[in-house]
Amino acid sequence: MQLMKKSKITMTIGSLLLLGLFVFPLWNITLEAPQYPTPLGMDIHINKFVDANEFDIKNINLMNHYVGMQYIPKTIPEFKIFPITIGIMVFLGVLFGFKATYKWYLGWFVLMSFLGIVGMYDFYLWEHDYGHNLDPKAIMKFTNPDGSIMGFQPPLFGSKDILNFRAHSYPRVGAYFMFIGMMLTAIAYFLGKKETQKIKG
Amino acid sequence: MKTTIKLFTALLIASLLFTSCGNANKGKKQGALSSNAAEKVYIAPGEHDEFYAFVSGGFSGQLAVYGLPSGRLFKVIPVFSVDAEKAYGFNEETKPMLNTSHGFVPWDDSHHPDISQTNGVLDGRYVFINGNNTPRIAKIDLTTFETTEIIEIPNTAGNHSSSYVTENTEYVVAGTRFAIPVPQRDMPISEYKGNFKGALSFIKVDPKDGGMDLEFQILMPGFNYDKAHPGRGDSKDWFFFTTYNTEEANTLLEVNASQNDKDFITAINWKKVADYVKKGGGKKMPANYAHNVYDDHTHAATSTMKKEVLVIDPSEVPGAIYFLPTPKSPHGCDVSPSGEYIVGSGKLSADLTVHSYTKMIKAIEDKAFDGDAYGIPILNFEAIHAGSVKQAGLGPLHTEFDGEGNAYTTFFISSEVVKWKLGTWEVVDRKPTFYSPGHLMIPGGNSRKPFGKYALVMNKITKDRYLPTGPEVTQSAQLYDITGEKMELLLDFPTVGEPHYAAGIPADLIKSKSKKFFRLEDNKHPYVAKSEEDTKVIRKGKEVHIYMTMIRSHFSPDNIEGVKVGDKVYFHVTNLEQDYDVPHGISMIGAQTSELLIMPGQTETFVWEPKQPGVWPFYCTDFCSALHQEMQGYVRVSPRSSKIKLSWSLDDE
Repeated sequence: MQLMKKSKITMTIGSLLLLGLFVFPLWNITLEAPQYPTPLGMDIHINKFVDANEFDIKNINLMNHYVGMQYIPKTIPEFKIFPITIGIMVFLGVLFGFKATYKWYLGWFVLMSFLGIVGMYDFYLWEHDYGHNLDPKAIMKFTNPDGSIMGFQPPLFGSKDILNFRAHSYPRVGAYFMFIGMMLTAIAYFLGKKETQKIKG
Repeated sequence: MKTTIKLFTALLIASLLFTSCGNANKGKKQGALSSNAAEKVYIAPGEHDEFYAFVSGGFSGQLAVYGLPSGRLFKVIPVFSVDAEKAYGFNEETKPMLNTSHGFVPWDDSHHPDISQTNGVLDGRYVFINGNNTPRIAKIDLTTFETTEIIEIPNTAGNHSSSYVTENTEYVVAGTRFAIPVPQRDMPISEYKGNFKGALSFIKVDPKDGGMDLEFQILMPGFNYDKAHPGRGDSKDWFFFTTYNTEEANTLLEVNASQNDKDFITAINWKKVADYVKKGGGKKMPANYAHNVYDDHTHAATSTMKKEVLVIDPSEVPGAIYFLPTPKSPHGCDVSPSGEYIVGSGKLSADLTVHSYTKMIKAIEDKAFDGDAYGIPILNFEAIHAGSVKQAGLGPLHTEFDGEGNAYTTFFISSEVVKWKLGTWEVVDRKPTFYSPGHLMIPGGNSRKPFGKYALVMNKITKDRYLPTGPEVTQSAQLYDITGEKMELLLDFPTVGEPHYAAGIPADLIKSKSKKFFRLEDNKHPYVAKSEEDTKVIRKGKEVHIYMTMIRSHFSPDNIEGVKVGDKVYFHVTNLEQDYDVPHGISMIGAQTSELLIMPGQTETFVWEPKQPGVWPFYCTDFCSALHQEMQGYVRVSPRSSKIKLSWSLDDE
């Protein structure tokens, strides 16, 4: 029996790594303040929001109602779309790994990158709405130096001061699985290219 | 002339030198000493103490929680006395905790805390403490630091030789300090001798949930049972109680109870008695005592009156009870960590008497008896005597152990703590205390495994040690470093009420188990409202029940109308928060009770009986948030004849 080519193995493993997203959180937002020696935090999975410590989301909502922010919803439409999308991509990745030529790997990588960017943009839109669409009856209203109403949007990536809180927004283990998986599929493409050239040469 | 000047100058320089020298020395010495002690007790801001100390509140009836070595006060746990701050004994939920056969008793005298043990080692699940006046034993849960159970002790008066636990917390004991007629009856006081009894009680502790049940009482002769401690190791099946007034005097006890050269330490093989009970021994006698249990899920207590108690006459269990003659009205009764030595502190003696457990067993086997008292064999003093610490001080009271072969005894009259060696009985060190100590406490110092780093000495007199506060001055404790050969006084700190005894434990054994808040979903209070949608107001005749919630920063409902003069209004208030350290309070103008201080996830109830028509405000009493001041509401009270319907709202919804 002929051994599977390195490129095929790499492509298969790379796309399978995306399954990590079903287990581990994709992203995390943490809020630090002096009164919270244990910071408040929320893990974002592809299918749910989870308290970093029990009741954190309830307590984030309680804090945020002072400045008129909406409650973090129990669920959002993305929680249906994301798992299906990831599931399809894993299926396609494995299928390509077994059946397709290396050029398909690149196609998969480009598609996945595109979906990733769409996902981040969607996250940004939600964050923007969450941080700016404030209740007009908000208990406390803050304005920027230019007189516009202050927003409380958490950073898309990185750390930022929001009133008395320092907000951190960073990828979590799930995102690393996805990142490494995608890198492997890109590597698979180059491996496949090399292997093909060798055969030709 | 020149010579004179020279001489004068020399003298001046010399005197300056000497003066400055002396000053420098003095300053340095004090500085070095005090900075050393200060460093040893200094806990930097935000850092934690190494030990918890549970210090009894004496006539405050409570139990105070301190950190050691800093001496900082963290909490006063209400146990036997009402506490308006925490609504203990004021809210509907905790009133049953203070129920007794005499009705609601709002106060007691709390004496001797003892931490639960497993295999003779502190396990940090519960603290038990006795109420001396209306005899009771309370259990405090160390996950919530709240009193969760109180059991009244029948046939007992002055529950002083209490509340110590056996090696595996199988039993917690109670003992009567005042002999009384059993059962109580109308009889001449002068007929005390031979007729009164001294009940020693063994309360079974459920190994799973800590539930207490008075399993049996031994009806001993009518002496005064003063202090107690269990055996350890080989002697673990035994319990030792000191006695005074073996003269059985009923008047002017300070003279008449001090006549016998020796009183007794009572040695009871509780295991033997318990086996006798298991086999159906003893007889049931009618009784009436309260058993009060607080439930962390209903957040409420229930009080049950028990109508029977199993009593045992010592003659029924031969070989289980002996008297150990001990000089001069022994007070403290302390057992070394190995269980071999039983220290009796004859409080009118200059010596400490130590008995040997091994010798005691041999004396029993050899029947080395010196007669009996009411049929209970008195062991021969020489046969059981291990040794005496001679002329150690005046008025010995209590002894604790460091686990390194040393014992530490307080002396009330000579006002000092004395360190001595077990076995050789030699005095190693003595340090003055300020003033007149009662108990002392080494964390774990009455267990098989003491944590011999500090000794906390609790004083009976303070006088000039602190800034004066009128005729009544603070009570006080003193902390000594006992890690060296010599003890070192590190710290004085004020205490709440009279600190009789204390129990200490390494903080690491319990702090991680301390509950942060109660889970709302586990709340089983009959009047809980778990969300604002569940809030309502219900009328039952003249009773109005308000199911109210609180969350930062409002009550729901906060506008209530339709209450009438003469109604009895129950505010059942649930704190909806689920976060650490976010309690809310509530109080109503004119309510003849205390505020409520409600922890997250908890429901509490207070009663208000409005007496005049009007619009009456209520508000949050605990500064909970930036909008705490806005956390308020109104109840409209109408005349009795009014037809206004009951209604309630929040934000007009």
